[in-house]
Amino acid sequence: MSIKKKKKIPYGQILLHIIFIVTCLTYILPFVLLLSISFSNEDAIAQYGYTIFPKVFDTSAYKMIFENPGQLINSYITTITFTAITVFLSLVFKSLLAYPLSRSTFRFKKAITIFLTITMMFGGGLIPTYIIYTKILHLGNTIWVYILPGLVSAWDIVIIRTFFQGIPESLPESAKIDGASELRIYFNIMLPLSTPVLATIGFTTMIGKWNDWNTALIYIRDSKLFSLQYMLQKILREVDFVEKMATENSQLAEYSVPKESMRYAMAMLAAGPMLVVFPFFQKYFVKGMTVGAVKG
Amino acid sequence: MNIKGKTLATNVSKKKKKDYALRGNLELLMLTLPGIIMLLIFHYLPMFGIPIAFKDYNPNLGIYKSPWNGFENFEYFFTSSDAWRITRNTVAYSMSFLFLGIVVAVTVALLLFNLRSRIGVKVYNTIMILPKFMSMVLIAYIVYALFNPAAGLINQIIAAFGGPSDIDWYSKPEAWPFILTYVHLWQMAGMNSIIYYASLMGVDESLYEAADLDGANVWQKTWHISIPQLIPIMTMLTILGFGSIMSGDFGLFYQTTRDVGTLYPTTDIINTYTFRGLTGGNYTVSAAVGLFQSIVGFVMVMTVNLIVKKVSPENSMF
Repeated sequence: MSIKKKKKIPYGQILLHIIFIVTCLTYILPFVLLLSISFSNEDAIAQYGYTIFPKVFDTSAYKMIFENPGQLINSYITTITFTAITVFLSLVFKSLLAYPLSRSTFRFKKAITIFLTITMMFGGGLIPTYIIYTKILHLGNTIWVYILPGLVSAWDIVIIRTFFQGIPESLPESAKIDGASELRIYFNIMLPLSTPVLATIGFTTMIGKWNDWNTALIYIRDSKLFSLQYMLQKILREVDFVEKMATENSQLAEYSVPKESMRYAMAMLAAGPMLVVFPFFQKYFVKGMTVGAVKG
Repeated sequence: MNIKGKTLATNVSKKKKKDYALRGNLELLMLTLPGIIMLLIFHYLPMFGIPIAFKDYNPNLGIYKSPWNGFENFEYFFTSSDAWRITRNTVAYSMSFLFLGIVVAVTVALLLFNLRSRIGVKVYNTIMILPKFMSMVLIAYIVYALFNPAAGLINQIIAAFGGPSDIDWYSKPEAWPFILTYVHLWQMAGMNSIIYYASLMGVDESLYEAADLDGANVWQKTWHISIPQLIPIMTMLTILGFGSIMSGDFGLFYQTTRDVGTLYPTTDIINTYTFRGLTGGNYTVSAAVGLFQSIVGFVMVMTVNLIVKKVSPENSMF
């Protein structure tokens, strides 16, 4: 019976593959479309519309961006800076708070857990937060507004704490009896054993920060401090933004700017790194998903 | 070592342990301080701005010196036509995203589970997770490339089938519930199916083997073994989803619609509305709406947690 089955053509499997290939095309083609538009000739776009493959191949959009890359470079520097600082600091702050919560002997565990849980359920809301951040903390138009507010998030702390709890408590206990301070236990024992969860949290933080557009939307007016994604949003929304970028410090007449393809070229230049990096880090992302699902 | 010496040693270490515990508690408390201070400044401090919802705010006077005006801001909002529109949109989208999202995620997980090729699972799953790594702005580019009235791909396709080629999608509010739902499901399917797929991988292999011996086909195995396995997670995620029914995905609604005013009847949610209050300088009403949203959300979460505590205590949040 089973031998017979093996000889049969696996129609079911073929059908499944077809379903998935079609589905995956709906994921890949949109990105191909963006790429294609960025390499399309402006006149061809006007005539034929957007196409999955460029009708007339043209790199002038990229050329024009690289001739006057001021805004792109500024946004890259800003984004890389705040992403790197946030990933590093948030791992320190989050794990530092998660470690005591993982210790069963810690007397203030309950109080701090409640303190954390409240932040998950209730906040100031957009307007009060905006007023406090700008009027009292003076974070408006500074790079710190990208970094500081999100450094400590209750969800991530719960995930890290759960991971710490998986490490046998006899380890920190015995180190303590040998006279190690808690800070040393945290730094020399807990952290080295926790690289998987730290990588996962670090990576999700990185993605979140790289894709951050709403912070700039609310708090940043200085174009030097625009994040990449916010710059992209401006390009998509404001037709003349891309024109301004291209014609700044140059003698180009406005009509010669390939506005449409430049928009998409910018999108590709801003999203490109993530598209390349993504397959390598994907497993951490997936792990984070399943780690987060197991709550202690 | 003799027995006497041993007990002595344990006695000493017990006392020592107590000292260590005391000192340890203080040390541990010190370690939590940086995080706690950050939360106090960046999360708790903004809560002191909430009174603005009950004030006639004057930027020159600041929140605390501005005169109170009771519930006027709330009244203004609840008597406006916006109140019903944005509440309805927020809740309706959340509900449809919640239920359709589960259906789609479970379907993808089941399909992946039935796929025999390990490489296939990996490749397809990786591709379907892609949009989760992309910012909403890039998704908005895709939507714009598809629905742009002049050059968009959708209009070209419609024209190819003999339809009109100049449909202005950004002035057709009736189309956007479908577009937004599709975009959301498309974006989440890969990621959300993982948790179900992982659960399916944990099913006892022998169940399927026994079913095979009994001559069960794929559908029967799916219906009688796989789906029952997923029901607890589905229930949990549904209940938890109700907790966030009042908070919409600001990025989806703000970016993919390009915040076009003509689309508001079907695309304006509480989050986009409060944001416009910020840019439009209408702080007080916006803060009132935000507070209304937080309070309803808070009540929902508390209720949901209470239910979860009854149904499966290990999954409750607190």
